[in-house]
Amino acid sequence: MKRIFPILSIFTVILLAYALYEALVVAPTDAQQGDVYRIIYYHVPSAWTAFLLFFINFIASIQYLANLKLSTKTAVKWIVIAIGVGGVIACFLPQVQRLLPTGMRPSAVATTVLLIPIFYFLIGRFFPGERLDMLALTSAEVGVVFCTIVLVTGPIWARPVWGIWWAPGDIRLTSTLVLWLIYVSYLVLRRFSSSAQTQMLAAALAVFGALDVPLVYFSIWFFRTQHPQPVIGGGGSMDPRMLHVLLISWMAFLCFAFLVCWSRFRLEVLQREIEEGHAMESLGSHAPAKASLPLSRSS
Amino acid sequence: MNAIKFLFAAYIATWVIHGAYLGSLVRRFGRLRQQMKEASGFPRSASGFPPEN
Repeated sequence: MKRIFPILSIFTVILLAYALYEALVVAPTDAQQGDVYRIIYYHVPSAWTAFLLFFINFIASIQYLANLKLSTKTAVKWIVIAIGVGGVIACFLPQVQRLLPTGMRPSAVATTVLLIPIFYFLIGRFFPGERLDMLALTSAEVGVVFCTIVLVTGPIWARPVWGIWWAPGDIRLTSTLVLWLIYVSYLVLRRFSSSAQTQMLAAALAVFGALDVPLVYFSIWFFRTQHPQPVIGGGGSMDPRMLHVLLISWMAFLCFAFLVCWSRFRLEVLQREIEEGHAMESLGSHAPAKASLPLSRSS
Repeated sequence: MNAIKFLFAAYIATWVIHGAYLGSLVRRFGRLRQQMKEASGFPRSASGFPPEN
C-alpha cells in the first residue's frame, strides 16, 4: 500500500498532463464556439466525477443507516437486489422504453441501475462498520470540490457563448446549485454538530440530497433549458475525436479524485483514532489509548 | 472571438480550487501529526512520574 500511492500519484500526474495536451492541442476546434469549447474537457469530467462521488456517498449513507438494525440491513439488501434485477429487466420492456426520453438508450439506463447493487455490495464488503461513515464523508467532501469546479467553469464558459454568466431560472443550473448547497450543508452539519446523532442525521440528509442528482442529470431532457444536450447517453452529437479526448480527461480526473479520496480517508481514520485515544486517556486508561494511536503503525 | 482568456480562466480556476483543497488537506495532516506528537508525550509529562517499566 505504501508503494502504490506514489506510483499512482506519478501515473495520475502524467495522465493529467497528457489529458491537458490532448485538450489544448490534439482536440479539433469547434466550428461554432472556437477554442473556448475546450472548457468542456474540465467542466464535464468534473461533473461526472462529482456525480459518481455523490452516488458513493448515497450508497454508503444508505448502508450506514441500514446497518443500525439487523432487520433493516436484511430488508435493504433484498430491496437493492430487487432494484438491480427489476430495473434491468424493466429497461428492456417496450412499455418502459416508450417512457424514456428521446435519445436515451435503455442499455445506458440498465447499466446505471445495475451499478446500485454492485456498488452497494462492494462498499459493504470493503468498508465495514464505521468506515462506511468515513467513506460517506470523504466522498461528499471531494464531491463538493468537483461540483464547485462545475459551478465555476460553467459560468466562465457561458459568458462568451451565451453572452451571460448565469441563466436565472434555468433548471439544470439551478438544480446543480441546489445539489452543491445540499452537500455543503451536509459538510457543515458534520463539521459543527457535536451530537451523538450527527452521523445518522447526516446519512439521512445525504440520502435525500442524492435525489437531486437524477434531477440534475435528467433536467435537460424533461425541461426546456439553455444547457446543451448530454454528450453521452443519447441526445447529443459529438465528434469522435472530441469524445476520445473527453474520456481521457475523465480518466485523469477519476484517478485524481481517487487519490484525493484516499488521502482524505486516511486523514479521517487517523483523526478518529486520535479522538479515540484522547477519549481513552480522559477515562484514565492510558495503555489502550497509547496502543490505539497510529504512531505505532507502519503506515 | 477573443474568448481564449475564458478558456484559460476556467483551467486556472479548476487548478486553483484543487490546489486550495489539497493545501487544506496538507494543513490538516500537519495539525494531526502535531496532535500525535503531543499525545505520545502526554502521559509522562502530565503525570510528572517516570514511565513504568
